[in-house]
Amino acid sequence: MELIWEGLVKAFQLLLALDPEVLEVTLLTLRVSGTATLVSVLIGVPLGAVLALGRFPGRNFLVSLANFGMGLPPVVVGLWVSIFLWRSGPLGAFNIIYTPLAIIIAQAVIASPIVTSFTLAAIQQINPRLRLQLLALGANPMQMLWSLVKEARLGLLAAVMAGFGGVVSEVGASMMVGGNIKGMTRVLTTATVMEVNKGNFDVAIALSVILLLLAYGVTALLTALQQWRNNYE
Amino acid sequence: MLSKKRLIPLAIVLVFMLSIIGCSQQQAQQTPAPPAAEQNKDVILATTTSTQDSGLLDVLIPDFEKQSGYKVKTVAVGTGAALTMGQKGEADVLLTHAPSQEKPLVESGAITNYQLVMHNDFIIVGPEKDPAGIKGAKSAAEAFKKINEKGALFISRGDNSGTHTMEKNLWKAAGITPVVSDKYQESGQGMGQTLTIAQQKDGYTLTDRATYLAQKKNLTLAILVEGEKSLLNIYHVAQVNPEKFPKVNAAGAKAFVEFMVSPATQKTIAEFKVQEFGQPLFYADAGKNEADLGK
Repeated sequence: MELIWEGLVKAFQLLLALDPEVLEVTLLTLRVSGTATLVSVLIGVPLGAVLALGRFPGRNFLVSLANFGMGLPPVVVGLWVSIFLWRSGPLGAFNIIYTPLAIIIAQAVIASPIVTSFTLAAIQQINPRLRLQLLALGANPMQMLWSLVKEARLGLLAAVMAGFGGVVSEVGASMMVGGNIKGMTRVLTTATVMEVNKGNFDVAIALSVILLLLAYGVTALLTALQQWRNNYE
Repeated sequence: MLSKKRLIPLAIVLVFMLSIIGCSQQQAQQTPAPPAAEQNKDVILATTTSTQDSGLLDVLIPDFEKQSGYKVKTVAVGTGAALTMGQKGEADVLLTHAPSQEKPLVESGAITNYQLVMHNDFIIVGPEKDPAGIKGAKSAAEAFKKINEKGALFISRGDNSGTHTMEKNLWKAAGITPVVSDKYQESGQGMGQTLTIAQQKDGYTLTDRATYLAQKKNLTLAILVEGEKSLLNIYHVAQVNPEKFPKVNAAGAKAFVEFMVSPATQKTIAEFKVQEFGQPLFYADAGKNEADLGK
């Protein structure tokens, strides 16, 4: 019990004092996972829309792949991304391993299937007659897609939240491709693991509280965005 | 109206592009892209967890970066994994503590400029009650034999780290081949975590002194066997051979090796946390003969 209390006290100390190291780690976490989520939205939303609206052979297989990908283990992604990014790997010449970009790539791989699946479900839920109506009103395919995306925005924001939640909380891939390098690729989850290894449980608890606050903050913001129109309509 | 609607996807793309640019710029600030004539400024250091978990690297790395202008990417893994990284040319410089595993790499030419840096020692720790009665054992091997005979719980690292290598050597000296069971468990994790597991399960384990002292505030495990010459824990630094792996940063690695054995760094190592623990965590050894250590 003492330990938990000490950890919470430490968390508030670090937060209130705006400890530069903790601040750096927190901002990096936000930047890396935010960018990865954005990338996964750019990949996942169009892909999910195509899968939801398209009718082509192999579609069911692709849908099952996307659904399966939601549970992609971060360590497996970390391992494979590492193999590609190592100096001896096919992308070794770009010197990406152990940089924030490496973590962004791995996290985008983790989040993209999540966003794809959520988008697919959100768009498929829309009444199919809406599409016909839009076409009848003379919408071109882009306009129709945009109207559908707007119609599905509740589900799409859920997709963004699930994607962000998935990557901000993972540690396996970040540790492997990032290397937990101080001032460069140390994010909240890898820093927490390291502090536990060092036996600094109070700092570890503090970091975990900060991670929870960060994850909640972002989710709350997105939720506000999601519910905003509903409250006024 | 339509143009307004089109603005939104445009804005999304813009934000995305900006954040990518922001990322690459920040990266560029951290690791200035060298002009073609200049050397690569990133040095990848593969090392054991004990140098990071004890806090030693937090003191040494900033010094080195300030003096040399290089940026060190420290990857703290077990010694086994660090040596594998060296063997594949994935790291530039190694700081490891398993001479019996390192020597074959020197001989095969995978690593070069292999130099003694420091030592401390391994200790056998366990519950204060000492159910296997190993306290006062004549040697580490004898203590291991007692633990085995009494069927007491031993937590092994089981991760090919330097400590695990030492542990396997000691079992061999005791004439025992340990088999994973409820009395011999492998954690597969770093030293800090393994000490916590031994603590929670009332088990014995082999640890380096630095990590044990750094964790002491959380532990009731007692030092039961120490001081034997076979328990020396010896750290070497080495460059990954640039002739074998053209991609390694040879100049940066050489600078790091020189930094580690320089008199100023050796002084920092010798004084590291002496005040806090009342005893040294590491003994500086640059320039000494490995065979003379512990005499």
